This record gives sequence, C-alpha cells and structure tokens, in this order.
Amino acid sequence: MSKAVTALNGVRFTDGIADVAELPMQGMITLRGDLSMAVLKKAVKSNTGLAVPDQGQVAQDGAFAVAWMSPDEVLILCPYGDVQGIIAKLDKALIKAHVLAVDVSDARALFQIAGVHARAVMAKLAPVDVSERSFQPGMFRRTRMAQTAAAFWIADTDTFHIICFRSQARYMFDLLCVAAQKGSEVGRF
Amino acid sequence: MLILTCPCCGQTGEESEFHAGGEAHLTRFGPGSSDDDFENYMFMRQNPKGVHFERWRHVYGCGKWFHAARCTMTLEIFGTYPAQTLEPPPDLRAKISARRPGWSWGAVS
Amino acid sequence: MSTRLATQGRLVNRDKAVRFSFNSAPMTGYEGDTLASALLANDQMLVGRSFKYHRPRGIVAAGPEEPNALVNLGVEGKFEPNQRATTTELFEGLLATSQNHWPSLEFDVGAINAKLSRFMPAGFYYKMFIHPRPLWKHVYEPFIRQAAGLGQAPKGRDWDTYEHLYAFCDVLVVGGGIAGLQAARSAAQSGAQVLVLEQTAHWGGRAPVDGGTVDGKPVDKFVEELVADLAELPNVTLRARTMGAGVYDHGYVLGYERLTDHTPDMDGPRHRLWRIRAGHIITATGAIERPLSFAGNDIPGVMLAASVRDYAINYGVSAGDRTVVVTNNDDAYRTALVLKNVGLEVPAILDARVLPVDSPLMAEAKAAGIRVMMGHGVAKVQGAKRVTGVSVCAQAGEGATVEEIACDVVAMSGGWSPVVHLWSHCGGKLFWDADWAMFRPDVDKAPIGADGSPFVSPAGSANGHFGLTEILGDAHAMGRAAARATGFTPKKTNAPDGVCLDEAPMAPVWLMPQGAGRDLRAKAWLDYQNDVKVSDVQLAAQEGFESVEHAKRYTTLGMATDQGKLSNINGLAILSDALNQPIPQTGTTTFRPPYTPISMGAIGGEARGDVFQPIRRTPMHDWHDANGADWEPVGHWRRPYAYVRSGESVHDAVMRETKNVRENLGLLDASTLGKLIVKGPDAGRFLDMLYTNMMSTLKPGKCRYGLMCGENGFLIDDGVVARIDEDTFLCHTTTGGAERIHAHMEEWLQTEWWDWQVYVANVTEQYAQVAVVGPNARKALEALGGMDVSKDALGFMGWADGTLGGFAVRAYRISFSGELSYEIAVRASEGQAFWDALMKVGTDLGVMPYGTEALHILRAEKGFIMIGDETDGTVIPQDLGLHWALSKKKDDYLGKRAHLRSHMADPARWKLVGLESTDGSTLPDGAYAVAEGTNANGQRNMQGRVTSSYHSPNLNKGIAMGLVLHGPDRMGEVLEFPGTDGTTYKAKIVSPVFYDPDGEKQNV
Repeated sequence: MSKAVTALNGVRFTDGIADVAELPMQGMITLRGDLSMAVLKKAVKSNTGLAVPDQGQVAQDGAFAVAWMSPDEVLILCPYGDVQGIIAKLDKALIKAHVLAVDVSDARALFQIAGVHARAVMAKLAPVDVSERSFQPGMFRRTRMAQTAAAFWIADTDTFHIICFRSQARYMFDLLCVAAQKGSEVGRF
Repeated sequence: MLILTCPCCGQTGEESEFHAGGEAHLTRFGPGSSDDDFENYMFMRQNPKGVHFERWRHVYGCGKWFHAARCTMTLEIFGTYPAQTLEPPPDLRAKISARRPGWSWGAVS
Repeated sequence: MSTRLATQGRLVNRDKAVRFSFNSAPMTGYEGDTLASALLANDQMLVGRSFKYHRPRGIVAAGPEEPNALVNLGVEGKFEPNQRATTTELFEGLLATSQNHWPSLEFDVGAINAKLSRFMPAGFYYKMFIHPRPLWKHVYEPFIRQAAGLGQAPKGRDWDTYEHLYAFCDVLVVGGGIAGLQAARSAAQSGAQVLVLEQTAHWGGRAPVDGGTVDGKPVDKFVEELVADLAELPNVTLRARTMGAGVYDHGYVLGYERLTDHTPDMDGPRHRLWRIRAGHIITATGAIERPLSFAGNDIPGVMLAASVRDYAINYGVSAGDRTVVVTNNDDAYRTALVLKNVGLEVPAILDARVLPVDSPLMAEAKAAGIRVMMGHGVAKVQGAKRVTGVSVCAQAGEGATVEEIACDVVAMSGGWSPVVHLWSHCGGKLFWDADWAMFRPDVDKAPIGADGSPFVSPAGSANGHFGLTEILGDAHAMGRAAARATGFTPKKTNAPDGVCLDEAPMAPVWLMPQGAGRDLRAKAWLDYQNDVKVSDVQLAAQEGFESVEHAKRYTTLGMATDQGKLSNINGLAILSDALNQPIPQTGTTTFRPPYTPISMGAIGGEARGDVFQPIRRTPMHDWHDANGADWEPVGHWRRPYAYVRSGESVHDAVMRETKNVRENLGLLDASTLGKLIVKGPDAGRFLDMLYTNMMSTLKPGKCRYGLMCGENGFLIDDGVVARIDEDTFLCHTTTGGAERIHAHMEEWLQTEWWDWQVYVANVTEQYAQVAVVGPNARKALEALGGMDVSKDALGFMGWADGTLGGFAVRAYRISFSGELSYEIAVRASEGQAFWDALMKVGTDLGVMPYGTEALHILRAEKGFIMIGDETDGTVIPQDLGLHWALSKKKDDYLGKRAHLRSHMADPARWKLVGLESTDGSTLPDGAYAVAEGTNANGQRNMQGRVTSSYHSPNLNKGIAMGLVLHGPDRMGEVLEFPGTDGTTYKAKIVSPVFYDPDGEKQNV
C-alpha cells in the first residue's frame, strides 16, 4: 500500500573488506520529555516492550529498540507501519505531560556495515574509540562520521547500524564504500 | 585539538564533535537597559590569560549546551557543567582555586 | 666511486634484484634497498642541484634528515615531486628523476648562479629587486617565479586513494628503535594499551649498526626477540612505515602510514593518516648527526659519518673507496672501523679535539692501522661534482694546508642532536647541554594535557642519552612512568643490561678551522638545500637580524623541505658566535609539525571526488538530474537552478520557466526549506521572542510570515510559521537555515529560558515539499483529487491536512511568487511518487518544473526580499521597509533592544527600493550607486547598492532591488551605477513591487 521508498532503494556494496547495505524503511519516533517521568517510562514500555535505556545506551529486542539520545530525548525504533499508531498512543498516554512525539522515519536513512572489519571501517570515519575494549553491544553513540552527523550502535556481532540524515544517504553510502575499499584492512581491532 | 567531556550525555569526544560558543555566564540586557549595559552584554568579553569560563554545544552529540572552565594558557580543562546555572558549581571553583592559587570566582575583572 | 660491497647488507635481499631507473638510465638494486642506497650502489652520487646556486648535490644522509636527495617519483597520476631518496623504499619499476636543473643534471645552466654567489648573499633578492618599484610586477617577479620552487607540481589527478583512522591508546610510543621498543615493553607489562609507530620499515633504529650487546646478546638479536615478544602481546600494536608526524593538544598525535608506497600495485589506500588520541606519549625519536662547517662541505661525497656506516652495514654499499673521517667526537671512529673491516681505505681520521688519553674507540682505530690526526680538521674539500681530496689544516688555525689527502668520500661528524621535534610541537621546553653541545628536553617542562598533567615524555637518545646502558635505562623508566600516568601499575622489572664502549667527551666545533677566513666561510655550507652558508648567517647578524626567527627568514636557513634538520643547530651556533652570546640565549626556532612532509592526499583522507562534501539531496534529486537540472549549491543542498532542455541555454530555460509560472503551472522542489516543530505550553511565548512579529496570536490552521533577528538586531532568517494546534507550531526556515535556526532555538531554550516548557524538533527531511504555483495550481490539485482546496476551504495563508491523489499531505496556501500557490508536504519516502503524480496531472495544464532562478525572478517581481540577497548580516528589518513585521505590542524580542541603538535608528541608513534601468537593461548585481564628491580616502562617495537584479521575462525589462540613501523618499530619481565593464548604468528609483501590486493574483 505504501509508496515509501528509501533514499537509495536498498543499495549494497559487497566488494570490500566489509559489507555495506542500506536497510529498508525503519520506523523512527523522536520522543522528547522528562525521561524520569513514570508515565513516560510506562508509555515507552507498553509500546515497545522496552525500558527507557540509561545514558548512552540502546535497548533492543526484535523489531523494537529504544535509544538514549540526550537527557530529554529517546529515539524509538519500530516497524515502519506502526509509527502513526504508536505516536497516537504515546500522545494519548502523555496528554497531561509536556512531551513531543514526532515521526522522523522519513527524515533518516539507516545503514548496516557488517563483517570482521566493521569496526575498522567505523574507526576510519568516526572520531570515537570503537575498539572492543571501549565500544560494546548495548552502547549508542551520536557523533560525526567524516563531515556529517550520525548515530550508531552494534546491532549484532560484527554488525553496526548507522543512522544519518536521509538527504545525506548517498554521501554516507559512498563514504562507507570508500572506507571499506578492498585492501584497506587495518589489522588492529 | 581539545577533548571535552559533555556533562549532559557523559561522552568524551574530540573538539570536532563540539561547537564553541564564547564566554559563559553573560547576563542578558533587553529593552529598557542602558546603552552601556547593552554594549557590555553584546560586545565586551573577558579574554583572560588563564582561567576562562566558556560555552560549548555538543553539536554532533546530544545537542546540549554546557559550560567548560579552561585555562587559555595551558589548555587544561578544569571541568564542565550543564548550562542551566548562573555561576560555576562550588566544587569546581574550589578545584580551580587549588590549581591556580589566588584565583577566585568573581575576582576576575 | 660508490658501489655494492661483497659483504654486509643486513636489510637487503641479494637474491631478489629490483630494476628501476634514474633520469631514464636503467639501474638495478636489491629488495630492501632505499632508492638512495640503490643509487649509491650504481655509482650515482650526484642526485640534484641546490635551490639558489644550482650547486651539484650528492647524498648526505641515510634517513629523513636528508636535505639533498630529493627526486621526482612516478609519472602522470602517480607523479610526486620532492621525495627523499633516503626514505623511499625501492620497488620494481620505480621511476625517479632529479630536480632543479636545466637542461640536465650533469650540465645545468643555472649553475652560473654559483659563479655569482659572492654577489648573491643573504637578502640579495630583498635588496636587489625593491627598486625601481614598477619593475617588480612586470620584470622581476615573473623572472623570479620562473626560477623559484623546487620540483614540479603534479598536473594530473592523483590516481591513489587515502584515508584517516581514529585510534586510541593509553601509551603511544613514537619511534621503534631500541628506546621505543624497550619503553613499549616496560609500559605494556602493566596492561596498558600501547601503540608503537616506526617511520621506517625496520625495527631497532640505528642500534644494530652501532654495535654493543644487550643482556649478552648482539643488539640485532635483542631487537628481534623484543619485537617478537611485543608482537605476541594483545595490548601492543606495532606499526612500521608509520611516522609520528606531529603532537598536538590533549594527547592528539598524527601518524602517517605509508601503505603502498613500496608496492604501488597493491590494492587499498596509499597513505593512512592516523588521528591518535593517547593518554601518554613517549617520543623515542632518536638523534640526528650534525655536519661540520668547513669549506666545500657541500661537494658530493661529503657525507654524515654515521650514514656512511649505515650504507655499509645495512645495505652493503660503499660510498667510496677512500674515506677521510673528520670528527669532533668518538662516534665517527665506528665508521672508520666499519670501513676498514670491509676492506675499504681510510687514509686518516681528522679529529678536531685534543685529548690527553685515547678513548677505547680511538685505541681500536689506531690498532686497526688507521692514522689519527688529533687537533686537525679540513681546510677545504677538493673537487666539483665529486670529492677528490681534502686539504688538512690545524683546527686551531686559519686554514693553512699542512697536507693534501686524496679521497672520494669525506665522512663528517659534528656531534649529535636529539630529535626534539615531537617533544617540542606542543610546548615541551629544551635546555642546553654544554657537555654534548645539544638542546635536549627539559623533562620538568613537558607539554600539559587536558587534566593539567604532563602528557609527553622523551626517551633514549631523543632525551639526550647516548650509550646502550643509558638509553635502555631511560626507556625502561619512561615506559613505566607512562603506564603509571595512564592509571596502570607497572611491573617491577629491571632494564636490560646494555654494554658498549665508553666514549671520550666531544668538543663543540662550529667552524672548521676555527679561524677560517672569509673565503673559506663563504664556501662552508649550513643549509645544503637552500644554499645558506656560514657567511650568510654572519651577514644577517651584522645587518641586525639578531632574533633567531628573523635570521632564519632573512637567510632562509632551515626553511627548505628538510626544515633544518641538519642545519639548525650549526646555524644558531654561528649566529650566537656572531652576536657574542651563549647558544641558549639565542635559542631555537619553533619546531612545527609535520616532522617530515606528509602528502596532501593523506591530509584530505577520504574527502575527495564524490565524498568531498556531505552533499544533501532531496527525494526528487535523481529526477531533476535526469531532466536537465543545472545545479546550484545552496549550503550543502543541491537545487536545480533551471531545467535546461536540449537546444536551450540556461538563460532561455530560466525565462521559459518564469513565464510559465505566471501563465500556466510551475512545480518547485521546496523540500530544502527548513521545518522545525516547536511544541509546548510556552511555545507561543518562545516564538514571540524569536520572531520580530507576534506569533502567539496566530490561530491554528493559519500561517504567518515571520522575521528573525539576532540579538544584535540584524536579520538572520525569515519564513512562514504555521500553527498546528494550541501547543504546536511548525516554523519554516530558509534553505540551509534549518540546522542554524534549530541551533539558535536550542541555544536560547537551553541557556537563557531553560525554565520554559518548549521542545523543538527538526523535521526538515521528514517531508518532501512541492510548490504548486500558477493560475492552474488549483486545477492540478483538484485533478489529483482528495481534499478540498477551494478558496473557501483553504484560503490564502491557511493550511490543512488531507489527501491528494491518495497521498497523505499537508497543504499550505502560501506564495513566494505572487501567484495562486500551494506548498504541499508529503512524506519524503513518497516525494518522488507525488512529484510524478503532479507532473502527470499537469500535462494538460502546461506544467513545467522550475528552478531557483525562476523562483528568484518571481519573488523579485513582487518585491519580496531574500535572506542573503537583500540581507548580508548588516541589514535590519527597518532597512527593508518591513516595519509592519516589528511588533509594537511586545515588550521584548531578540533584536528589539539593538534596534534602539543610535546607528540602527539613524535615518541615513540605506533603505530598500526598486530600481528600473532607464534603457531596459539588467543592472549588474552588487553594483554601487555613486554620489557627488569623494571620501577621506579620495574614493568616490556612494549612496546605495544593488542587492538583486534580474531580467524579468514577464515585464520584459531589467528589474532590481537595492538599498539607497533616503531611497523611499526619492522615487523617480535616476542613479548612476558604474559597472566593472567600464560602462555606467542608469536606473530610476521605483517601488520594489513591480508586479501585481495589489496582490490580487495570489488571493484567488
């Protein structure tokens, strides 16, 4: 029914030291509010099955994830088709609270970088210690990658997920392909 | 290139994640203020050689503004704290006084 | 002649020959050679010409300090000038050519400069070419430019790729010699993460060449075992071919890794720039041998003593058959002994010192049958393109020759200087060690890190320690201390036991002989690449350039690509002597990164080609591209300037599109406009502070155009605000303004009004937005079907949610063209589909997409201002006649106080008017209107300027807007605008609204 297409139509790159792929449309809801409010925690839990994560963390389970974005913001990841329903439920549950729940699914692009060299590829672009010692599953990092804003986390073993602006999806994809180019192994992660 | 720890999200990042915002703890003067007060608020800055309180925004991170106390000579960062305050927290002031004997908050011209 | 020895060569593989060429001559070396060692093995000592006098230049050193052996490498997209032969690893097919000569290396016309050298001292160019002034631009400068520059700039695009890497560690060790390796082990035993960088392809530095034993084993063996141990440790990373290029604030270090320079056919990036953040840094960067200043010390064949030894031992290469060693210290004796051992002749060691007893090394040399002449030195070197002999003199005298000795190599040693560059980059201080005549790190004055504690430690010879025992002891201690500094507990272990021969004290020798006369001093080189001699530095001092930084720039000492690695200390010793002051009082010039030049490619990293900039693309970008878009950059966005059809010029397309909007139907991709959701109980109050006009009174379902000023009163943005519900507004910003205005809002909310209940979210990219504009706009939407878009249901400056053609949309009835106009927002993921649907229903309605230039003309016909055209950061709303948008009901808004300042309220501020050329032509954009008289600088007085100017196809004439002194009061006056093309344009002051002044067309 939906005519929704991702920015790059699910483009992939598999000719390098790690595989790069644009993932399908992903439901994303920005929820701003006082994260310590019981009513907010409850609303998040009932709509995603997940607790509001601690600072710098992401909670994931199946099709849902909740990422800590800032002291007054979480990002809810859910199936694309569920977004409007969840926003309506959040608005209803939080009607008396000062919050903002807004659909940002179409404003973002989601990429996956996978393989044993995934950390090395990330380390070429983000000014963040992504070694196993410092960056582990469950962590969520907002930073820049090369010249654009990005957020990433470990979705699975040797697999990073990266969120960026939809308008810069092409830039991000090209960037990841350059960083994953053949022969560019770092041998240090 | 500096490293800063954002007090709002706890991340320590390099300067390129942040945006510098000039001197902290300015008092806004709006309509009804004197020309001198407005000029001071709008244009006059400390620019000390030594301890400086400044505003930073974690622009590529959590997006929050915070304040940093930094030595403009050695680039030592004494500490960072959220921007929703009118003056630096007492423990930070004590730390700076210990590190820079003779320094105290408000004594800077 | 120089040649390959039958023995030695620990770094080369004699089973693997490697073919290469130098100046088109085919040559052969071995795997493991550097280009320099291979050239010497092929008897190619002459490798270039100097910069100023075009003197013949030979290989002097064996490492990164080499000033002379700079070559062009490769061809086309692999071409690179100024590459040091001494640090270039040989590979099959390497193509090298020499630089800075014409027509050939052997016969260079520019060498005439050398004959004139006594007429071209320091400052020659400054003094010679200053008069007469007019000649500079047309005669002197073109001539000098022609002669200036070392090597050629590459012409083609670089074929290689480059990348950055962000790396983090507790302890970073720069330098993989024995000091660095030992420091790494001592630090790593604590569990700290250690990263070790070594600029060459080999570990151990020069210790294996210099001899001695560690823990009873030869140094070679010790290094091999140590490297193997470190490679096993999970917390240690060893990185060869990676130079520590610079140390910066808070433990930031750049490492320059050369991945494929030695195997250019391999896949992958050529260079990788490591952007390292270290808890603590150990600079184990070794030491560099100093030349001696004697006449003719630049003649090919005069080399550093230790480098002569390096070529023999590391590469099995003899620099010449007969080597005279000249020294002021014991270390050069090792070279004499090595040469003697491989069967080469060492006719004499000239030792400038006078010592009471022989040191062990001196005794060994004498025992080997080498003649040692104490208290002697070189008066001058014989030869032109190659050393043929030396004239020996007493060091204490004025240079009277006591003996001529035939030789083809002079191996010189003036002592050693610790490599303090990286220590100094970030503020580490130095002190003068008079015993060894060198600057060395003052460990009590180390660079200070983020936490206020020192973050750099020097180790080994970089810290001024010589001798295996001292080096290993220092490295061990520094490694342990670095571990402690990063929060680890070092193991209680002892340093390895290094044993080497004791050395006699060195004696500083800054000029040889010490009483050398003018003729000798004028042939005693300090800087080989830039042709700076002892006499030049003395002249600089005499002419008043007393600061070392001034003398450096006046003489160009140390300003060549080697940055004075050999010349610096000798030069400032000469300067100190000329100024009659001690060396530490003269001080050093500033050490700046990078340690040796690094490639521009590595600095740029991945940011080239497609990923040079983070370009933003709208959901309809590809459609625009396929339909003739001539792109215009707007911030990081790319917007179609016009859609050019075949057979059309860009101007034609703009005219066609502009007319079509007024006559039929135009579609504009407006997705780039910023969209910010502002929500909360205090949202209205907040927007009242941010906009100059009143937003809190806006009714849900309605839109209002708003102006935003900064606190200093100047316009920063404008756009339409829609009230979504009681608590929620949607604010449109200019293209490219979304993030800036979002940040502006967050700044005020977080830092001034943090108790106000407002949340802001940037939803710019959630939507594709299409402006549907023109008399047929409503028909097009009705053809799509769905929501009621009639005047009654959706009046001017209203908005409504609904569906159109099956798409969920938000329709805004706003106009930036003066036509009937809707801006329709759909989900970004459906943007292209929606655009396609509009194009389809528009086929019968005369639809055409239009670009930003048509948009500009349409708004200018209506007199609508554009942020960035009519504003430039110095313009206030009052200048633009926008008083109606300045609320008088509000006590405060950003900019209100500033508007009361005397200059802001000055009636003489230039004001917005329309400008109509008297002959229908288009005024040059940015042109100034001249007034009578001149200002204090003798320049013509000005009374206004053009801010926007276009040809209007709808009015068929040039129209413009401008800011003019008392403009609105001067309607009908004609102003003169001199153009840069020499013609003067005349234009009449008119109303800025050229089209449909009553606004009837947009309100239908």
